[in-house]
Amino acid sequence: MTLGFYPGCSLKGSSREYAESVLAVAKAFDVEIEEITDWNCCGATAAHNLNKELSLALPARILSLAEKQGLKEIVVPCAACYSRLTVTKHELSKDPLLKATVIEANGLDYSGSVSILNIIQMLDKYITPNLGGRVVKPFDHKVACYYGCLLVRPHEILKFDREEDPQSMDILMLKTGATPIDWAYKTECCGAGLSVSRTSSVGRLSGKIIEDAKDRGAEAVIVACPMCHSNLDMRRDAINTFLGEKVDIPVLYITQALGLALGIDRKKLGLQRHFVKVTV
Amino acid sequence: MSSDPHHSIISGLSSDVLEHTEVKVSKCYQCGKCSAGCPLSEEMDFPPSVIMRMLQTDNPDLEEKVLRSFSIWVCLTCEMCFARCPMSIDIPKMMDYLRERSLKEKKANPKAKEIVAFHKSFLDSIKYTGRLYEIGLFIDYKARTLKILDDLALAPKMLKRGKLNIFPELIKDRSGVAEMFKKSSKKNNT
Amino acid sequence: MSKIGVFVCHCGENISATVDCAKVAETASKYDGVAFSVDYKYMCSDPGQSLIKSAIAEKGLTGVVVAACSPRMHEPTFRKACAEAGLNPYMCEMANLREHCSWVHEKGEATTEKATDLVRILVEKVKYNQSLNEIRVPVTKTALVIGGGIAGIQASLDIANTGHKVILIEKDPSIGGHMSQLSETFPTLDCSQCILTPRMVEVAQHPNITLYTYAELESLEGFIGNFKAKIRRKSKSLDEKLCTGCGLCTTKCPTKKIPSEFNEGLGNRPAIYVPFPQAVPNKPVIDRIHCTYYTKGKCRICEKVCPTQAIRFDQEDQIVEVEVGALVIATGFNIKQTDFFPEYGYGKYPDVITGLQFERLASASGPTLGEIRRPSDGKIPEKIVFLACAGSRDPAKGIPYCSKICCMYIAKHAMLYQHKVHSGKSYVFYMDIRAGGKMYEEFVRRAIEDDGVNYIRGRVSKIYEKNGKLIVNGADTLLGAMPIEIEADMVVLATAGIANDGAEELAQKLHISYDPYRFFAEAHPKLKPVETNTAGIFLAGACQAPRDIPESVSMASGAAVKVACLFSQDELTREPIIAVVNRQAPPAYSSCVGCFLCVSACPYQAIEKEEIRNRNGELIKSIAKVNPGLCQGCGTCVAFCRTKSIDIQGYTHEQMYTEVLALLNEY
Repeated sequence: MTLGFYPGCSLKGSSREYAESVLAVAKAFDVEIEEITDWNCCGATAAHNLNKELSLALPARILSLAEKQGLKEIVVPCAACYSRLTVTKHELSKDPLLKATVIEANGLDYSGSVSILNIIQMLDKYITPNLGGRVVKPFDHKVACYYGCLLVRPHEILKFDREEDPQSMDILMLKTGATPIDWAYKTECCGAGLSVSRTSSVGRLSGKIIEDAKDRGAEAVIVACPMCHSNLDMRRDAINTFLGEKVDIPVLYITQALGLALGIDRKKLGLQRHFVKVTV
Repeated sequence: MSSDPHHSIISGLSSDVLEHTEVKVSKCYQCGKCSAGCPLSEEMDFPPSVIMRMLQTDNPDLEEKVLRSFSIWVCLTCEMCFARCPMSIDIPKMMDYLRERSLKEKKANPKAKEIVAFHKSFLDSIKYTGRLYEIGLFIDYKARTLKILDDLALAPKMLKRGKLNIFPELIKDRSGVAEMFKKSSKKNNT
Repeated sequence: MSKIGVFVCHCGENISATVDCAKVAETASKYDGVAFSVDYKYMCSDPGQSLIKSAIAEKGLTGVVVAACSPRMHEPTFRKACAEAGLNPYMCEMANLREHCSWVHEKGEATTEKATDLVRILVEKVKYNQSLNEIRVPVTKTALVIGGGIAGIQASLDIANTGHKVILIEKDPSIGGHMSQLSETFPTLDCSQCILTPRMVEVAQHPNITLYTYAELESLEGFIGNFKAKIRRKSKSLDEKLCTGCGLCTTKCPTKKIPSEFNEGLGNRPAIYVPFPQAVPNKPVIDRIHCTYYTKGKCRICEKVCPTQAIRFDQEDQIVEVEVGALVIATGFNIKQTDFFPEYGYGKYPDVITGLQFERLASASGPTLGEIRRPSDGKIPEKIVFLACAGSRDPAKGIPYCSKICCMYIAKHAMLYQHKVHSGKSYVFYMDIRAGGKMYEEFVRRAIEDDGVNYIRGRVSKIYEKNGKLIVNGADTLLGAMPIEIEADMVVLATAGIANDGAEELAQKLHISYDPYRFFAEAHPKLKPVETNTAGIFLAGACQAPRDIPESVSMASGAAVKVACLFSQDELTREPIIAVVNRQAPPAYSSCVGCFLCVSACPYQAIEKEEIRNRNGELIKSIAKVNPGLCQGCGTCVAFCRTKSIDIQGYTHEQMYTEVLALLNEY
């Protein structure tokens, strides 16, 4: 079966290494991936902050396109997009009147039949069961798995992992040969949408995350969200200003770490694109 | 809303919140767990539980303060409050509504200028292209806020690492997306 | 020909303000079969009752209708008056003119008309009433008390001291319950064991009390005054008569690392053990789940060292059957464990403990001999945080109620900590302080003012461990919800009090009801707090809702008095409002066809099969038969019966039809 792929805007721009590593890992396991044609932005934080209807209409269009393309299942590596798509699907299924309004107003063909996987669910379903013997360069490092907000909350809707101290990334990383650490900031917010408009807040919030990872001896932070990545990686100057010291723990997408363990070329995983040099 | 006269006690902003978000502010018993766990609490003028309290009073002056507060804009919708609320009050959903309302009534806090500008620039970007065009977003945002110097050093570094597209990605059905914006903004002031 | 008397009451102005009582009485006087009709200001007063009595005597009344308040209020009054005048009390009916008419309608013609209709219905009904006699059942004057905590102990002693026999069963190896685990008790700070153990000993020595520890209720049948209980005495692997309680076996047992239930997992015990030094009885049991002999087939060291050869590895559970007249349920409560709290670490931090674990740390008989030392490294905590409402008042976690005892024990814990660690700092995060009780508020103030406990109003959002400290994230809601972070050495969660494990199963065995939180339900929240809906079964202590010691003890004494009242009678009388299966002349015998739908429908297991046999003992017919002792008169069987062969006495089909027809003015 072909797995649908919704990259979202970040994966086409500032986080293209995430897309590169997702596709590289999928290719290594012959998972057939098909991008949704003519997809649009999910609206992200901006839409649901300012305009409720738009925040549902944009994701609904994406899901509608996937249906039209005959996709039964799509992977959404960006945690923010995953959240928007899943919440939209939930809201529309819960409220038939709202569903009718959104569909009619925007002329969509939408039934809500597409199932949405986040990156961990995709890896757990298609990659890890076949991992045996494929780990050629064990990722032998202490890692802090950072889940952020949108992968696990709101639990009532996403129903993924547990909302405090989640484990799924840790279990996956364990299989790559890494040693996940027990730490306190797995699901604390990185500052997300304030990256540009209030960089100092991001410095503080992401700073606390990096600080805890460092204090507990992590050699890398593993993420599954481009917003988390850009805050923890691209905003490292703001973080270091907040911390008053230079911390150079690299931040890797889980697919990059997995890719390294599988022996995939570093460049194909886009590691050279990071601001904080990937030394692991 | 129910026509039961006993319920008409709920009026003003809290009744609008109930209607639009199903959040009943009277459920809050002021334990403060949301404020304790909120990562932005210390940057807020009123932490989440205080916002709830202000809405509980049905006092028009306090409701005005809520709509003019910085809190509703610095809230990141990280959902931590909702996850831990013993009364399962969907504060993030309520915050979404308060922001929308604040903007509609042109009451957005001046300190939130950059935050609002960023959201607007973001939406503008996808309105025309269907997808986010990061350079366009930066330029638009800087034009709105006149924060010309901020992050100036970032763009070349991103370009060097192949993290910025010089040209926007245009989707084919741009008119469809633009239509969505048009329809939804009839009701909203975005 | 019926001679009915109608007595219309004004109830002061309660009825007469909206109903024309004189007119109602006058209209009633014209009904067929009414021989006497009168209205009066207070029919329940002595002169009112005399009015009824003399009318019965003078007019030779065959039935009485009192049109007054709800029968729930005064039916017994008027029935008794009728009986005193020589009329069968069940020939008296009440028309509810107050709750059903005058209180709920405006003054007017229609209101009076409705009142007249209500009287009319009952006049027609009472014509079909039959004399009924109260049901009498004998009483077995032995009580079964389930649960040997303070409530069960108190109830047992009180009943035993009235001269009646008590069988007390306890599921654990010793009586004492949670109270035996406590260090000091609020609000007096007297030592829990010091006040409890004398009562435990008294139970053991009381000639009227039979104590079965390590025993559970297997099944219960029967009804008030006449219960049959099966008790499972779990095998202790011990001949208790031979055992002297020397304790040699417990010291020689090689399996020593089993988390001690008594110490809430903070200490260990061997596989053959006495839960605590003052246990009653002070004789060990073998925990077969952990004993090496039972798990691996070898060891038997206890058997070798026992000087009296009391160990019995092949001992089996024993079922004891007893007959009892009443039961007191005192099975107590439990608490949520720390793993219930995701935001406080799912129980993975050893220094985040429950209130009951803190009791063990503070107790002289506990694992630290009364020193407050944290479980992880045995250090004395310099900063300690107490969290009230951990799980309680938390609908999101499924526990919306207040656990009631925590506010007080937290104040006590903080106080004990300050008394033991003078340099220490203690913090209490709370939402409200609920200290309603004699000397309770004063006690809390003492903790704050004299012992310097720092109370912060707010709920804690998260606890995590860093560098050997527990970081507690809270907020001070009295300071505009200002975030507060405390680096604590130890955190005590006042975890919610919950119904005990197996509460539902026990309730089902006993046929008593329980609330949505699995606490046993009282018959009335105010006026019948120790009764259940099943006659003869009473409640004591925290099995009904979270309770502190004085409340549990009061409740136990209350339940004991209820049992004593029951046992003060040789026979019980019950209202004859029960179902009966009709009997007819042969060859039909009954219109019952023996489908026995009623048997499965009956919620009280009150219907059995009756076999009708001829003189030669050959079976002619099987029909349903109602056990009058068990039937509660609910009428479920009546609704189920397809041949209308069952009637509720006093509410027969005939009477019901008559009432409806009367209302339709068919007469």
